[in-house]
Amino acid sequence: MTELTFTRRRVMTLGGASLVALLPLPSFALTNAQAENLVNSAIGEINGVIASGASLNSMIRSFKGIFDRYADTSYLAAYALGNDGRSATNAQKRAFADAFGFYLANKYGRRFNEFAGGRIQFEGTRAVNSYIEVRTTAVLRNQSPVRIDFHVTDRPGRPVFFNLIIEGINMLLAERAEIGAMLDARGGNIDALIRDLT
Amino acid sequence: MFPIPFRFRALLLVTLVSACTAPDPGAVFNDPYEENNRVIHAFNKSLDSAFLRPSGGVTASLPDGVTDPIVNFADNAGLPGAVANGVLQANLEGAAINTLRFVLNTTLGVGGLLDPASSIGLTEQDTDFGETLAVWGFDEGAYLEIPVYGPSTERDAAGRLVDLFLDPLGAVGLPAQVKYGPLARVATLAVRRGDYKDTIDGLLYDSADSYSQARLVYLQNRRFELGEAPPAATEIDPFSGDVSLEGFE
Repeated sequence: MTELTFTRRRVMTLGGASLVALLPLPSFALTNAQAENLVNSAIGEINGVIASGASLNSMIRSFKGIFDRYADTSYLAAYALGNDGRSATNAQKRAFADAFGFYLANKYGRRFNEFAGGRIQFEGTRAVNSYIEVRTTAVLRNQSPVRIDFHVTDRPGRPVFFNLIIEGINMLLAERAEIGAMLDARGGNIDALIRDLT
Repeated sequence: MFPIPFRFRALLLVTLVSACTAPDPGAVFNDPYEENNRVIHAFNKSLDSAFLRPSGGVTASLPDGVTDPIVNFADNAGLPGAVANGVLQANLEGAAINTLRFVLNTTLGVGGLLDPASSIGLTEQDTDFGETLAVWGFDEGAYLEIPVYGPSTERDAAGRLVDLFLDPLGAVGLPAQVKYGPLARVATLAVRRGDYKDTIDGLLYDSADSYSQARLVYLQNRRFELGEAPPAATEIDPFSGDVSLEGFE
């Protein structure tokens, strides 16, 4: 009889096991070379846009396109919104993800000119937990070299960026703090936040 | 200089550092003085708007031929302190490079106005007593905003005091270096503010909460400089399952 009794511990174990089965597990398909290629090709595209000499607004639209193709947009949006996203509807979540992409393209796109004429030097690539870290140094004109680490995942089934660490500063963490502060300033109104980000 | 007998200075330091506040487990930031820090941050921001930012605008419009010698002079005057800290950290290579730099730039580099050492590969090995304390195993302590000086930690603030009071430049520097070193350092602040105008303006004036951005940027960048691992609470991994993606894709 005892072996059929569901003790609390057994239920917990079973629950734990099924939860583990549901978690998306890393496929280990992503190679260091793929991650480095992703960095090279993204930088090539960004440099192409800068060299095009288009207007700033047109460049920012191009950067948004590059961001959509190269970044894990869903994960970035979900992480940046954090716990504040729990009460949002699916329509709000999708609208936020798109608006957040525009906000990033606008904020960082304006700064890409500082990298014009610079080059990226690869310092080494390694697996960390379930992602790949590509360590680089940006060698810029008239400036000290800047260490930039690209974090690459294959979570959506293809290699994409989900974070940047610039001189030790975790960009996604900084954006979560910023989005949280923007939401606080708007009394927690996600629609107002989405409007202001676009 | 503030006349504190040497043996008491060491005592003061130990008292300051041993008073470092331990973090709450699991918290991303150790910031028990946040309320006070925010008041000081607002004050520092007003100083930036009134003085430092406009000065940075002026220095940015000057040719490099004017600003480079000032920056070189200030950096060179800071080298004896960096050498002392290198020795205290048992980083003899760094201390040797900085010693050679100081000798070369002070002589061939006309008192430090020029930087011939960098052109032969002897680049500055930046360090301070905050780093020495880190090497000795002292914890970072709580986050602090210091009036005029800006973001710091309890450990870095203690280090700053020691660097100020125990600067060996007075013992080994030329009279002109001792006399004009502090002035050149202040001018260098303005030059750097001009160099990083877009980054600093964005952080201070375009962000929704400049205090929390400044804290995040300072702490993470400082840990990176010191080669310290970021806290586990800041680790981000898309496969960790800590963020629900439902509705986002």
